[in-house]
Amino acid sequence: MSTELLARLQFAFTITFHYLYPPLSIGLGVLLVTIEALWLKTNNPLFHQMARFWTKVFALTFAIGVATGIVMEFEFGTNWATYSRYVGDVFGSALAAEGIFAFFLESGFLALLLFGWDKIGPKTHFLATCMVALGAHFSAIWIIVANSWMQTPAGFHIVGEGLKASAEITDFWAMVFNPSSMDRLTHTVVGAWQAGAWLMVSIGAWYLLKRQHREFARASMKVGLALSLFASVLTLETGDYSAKGVARNQPAKFAALEGLWETTPNAPLHVVGWVDGKAEATHGLALPGLLSWLAHGDTAQPVTGLREIPRDERPPVNFTFQLFHLMVGIGFAMIGLALWASWALWQKTLENSRALLWLLVISVLGPQIANQAGWWVAEVGRQPWIVYKLLRTSQGLSAVVHANQIIASMVMFTLVYLLLFAAFIFLLNEKIRHGPDAADLTPTGKLALGFKDTKGGAA
Amino acid sequence: MNFGSLDLNTVWFALVGVLFTGYVILDGFDLGVGVLHLFAAKRDEDRRVFLNAIGPVWDGNEVWLVTGGGALFAAFPAVYATVFSGFYLAFMLLLCALIFRAVSIEFRSKHASLRWRRFWDRSFALGSFCSTLLIGVAMGNIAWGVPIDERGEFAGSFLGLLHPYALLMGVTTVALFAMHGAIYLVLKTEGELQAGVRARVNPLIIAFILSYVLLTLATLLYVPHVTEAFRREPWFFALVVPVVLAIANIPREVNRGREFYAFLSSCAAMAGLMAIFGIGNYPYLVFSHPLPEHSLTAFNAASSPKTLGIMLTIALIGLPVVLAYSVSIYWIFRGKVRLDKMSY
Repeated sequence: MSTELLARLQFAFTITFHYLYPPLSIGLGVLLVTIEALWLKTNNPLFHQMARFWTKVFALTFAIGVATGIVMEFEFGTNWATYSRYVGDVFGSALAAEGIFAFFLESGFLALLLFGWDKIGPKTHFLATCMVALGAHFSAIWIIVANSWMQTPAGFHIVGEGLKASAEITDFWAMVFNPSSMDRLTHTVVGAWQAGAWLMVSIGAWYLLKRQHREFARASMKVGLALSLFASVLTLETGDYSAKGVARNQPAKFAALEGLWETTPNAPLHVVGWVDGKAEATHGLALPGLLSWLAHGDTAQPVTGLREIPRDERPPVNFTFQLFHLMVGIGFAMIGLALWASWALWQKTLENSRALLWLLVISVLGPQIANQAGWWVAEVGRQPWIVYKLLRTSQGLSAVVHANQIIASMVMFTLVYLLLFAAFIFLLNEKIRHGPDAADLTPTGKLALGFKDTKGGAA
Repeated sequence: MNFGSLDLNTVWFALVGVLFTGYVILDGFDLGVGVLHLFAAKRDEDRRVFLNAIGPVWDGNEVWLVTGGGALFAAFPAVYATVFSGFYLAFMLLLCALIFRAVSIEFRSKHASLRWRRFWDRSFALGSFCSTLLIGVAMGNIAWGVPIDERGEFAGSFLGLLHPYALLMGVTTVALFAMHGAIYLVLKTEGELQAGVRARVNPLIIAFILSYVLLTLATLLYVPHVTEAFRREPWFFALVVPVVLAIANIPREVNRGREFYAFLSSCAAMAGLMAIFGIGNYPYLVFSHPLPEHSLTAFNAASSPKTLGIMLTIALIGLPVVLAYSVSIYWIFRGKVRLDKMSY
């Protein structure tokens, strides 16, 4: 295998594993804020119990997110040194801003969220939870700004030539608000909300199936489903914007998403299909005109086909096509499931419908698979470029790193991550089996102050 | 913001130094706790006290490294690229060590089984030890100099990084962090456990001083570009005085039972040591040895003035806020460790 392919595989593996966790932190962050707000508002100890339980789940995902995130920060330099020199002036400042504005905020207030229960009052604790959630969202902003700049570079100029060439910022805000950053940011964030929300729904459904902790499960289900429904619909909306942006800014990627070879008006949209790259043909079930309409709001408008893109600037088509369709398919399934479950909850039939509950239990996989597929589409669809139209992936490698070094580190990461994943699943499973703590229905320490008025009653 | 004629390159050299100093002081004590974990805490409850002493703050401390790395990437991309790709295997081992110690803290007490806890205890201690050693070895190489070719790429090998000077710096760092961690633990523990930790402070100070004296002799004898910096500006030697005083003050404060001042002295000593390290190396970020003309400096490896200016704006807005809430959080978690059911 070539050094390039190995370096790409290593990055893909480490980022894919890492990205199992941040969406959960972002999504659970929003949910924790919601739950604590409900607790402050209603004084219902059930919400205190929920906050404590979900905080522990949050802590578990957060720790692995941090540990695997440091790898990402180092990996730009270790495996992609030439790329790092090329983009450092632009990309680095976004990354540094992420550290200053997001990571410090997140990790600092996390201390209060996790360990501050008896040391600070409920309102301060709520503030800490808000800050952690805000920090998680800030980190999404900066990293997606940086990644979007690689998709649609803006606000820079190139200085130097050949090996010495690099991008320099000319306009910071044009870099931040590059053509794709806001569309991709919103789409990513609502995808992350789904990851957290469906985890909550899934565990709630499990308890309902087992007829355990039913109060707790019902309340979790309500909060989780509300966010699932909201976020799944927004995912469609933001996905539509993102796709229109891709059509505008990255025609090669857009053509690959749908396996479109010939530039044509009335371009078809595939529901399912298979791309034959050699014959330059796409087979499958297609709806005529719909792609033109989605891209431009008009079926008569042409959509650029792959044949107009030079051969050495085309991404792998079938791979991009399949993962894109997987993501979209799951996206629609999640909307359908959210609607169905909400309806059942409304009709009070949810707890008797075992089939639906089982579906909800496995629903946690949906957003995880779709989030990963979406990122694979975004990154593979940009190939052969590492920075679109500026720097090829093959040119971004570390000149001094050899294939055997990458293999050695790959083996290490694979073993370590398998172990981490096993421990994560084991502990999550234990946490779920253990369930919410009955004692948490009675808040202690400074938090108990919230119950002063109802002493003898709730407390 | 417009910073006029300010020498942004030097400012960023200093600021990257400040971020790494923050990292060394803060993660220094929790890595040090890890180094002592297996020796100074034998019972399960004692080990839980150790973990919870650093529990609320360790990941915030690690963010200083992440931000320092980000700042290096942004301000001096050529250094980030050359060092990280050049020290490839060393950094991969460092990452592995950092991952293990991070998740060990989170995982260890979540499952009540002897084998489970023993495994994560060991992984926490070994991860902390290896991280510390590797950080020291990396700093040793930066001070000593590494081979750089005319393209600005690293031209050495992994084994070449493990020369005696770098290893001595590694050992010194382990002793320093262990000392710092022990003082922090004296501050956070009580009773028998505290007495045990307290007894380790003086030997660790002596171990550190011995290795630091050796290291300084080696620097004076074999690292001319660092000595050169002090020969040029002899008043830098004045920095050594407060560092020596701060270290001397540690046993005095520990004996008087004023642990907090002992810890502050230790922090001050580390800040002084980092300042000496930074000034000794300025303007070199990576000194090229044996061909000094290929060195990466604060001037030839930096981003554009515009980016340095934008980042200075970001830092001036961000850092005071970060410092303010970090101090508040340390204040809220002051005092001895009490285990409760939300603890590790």
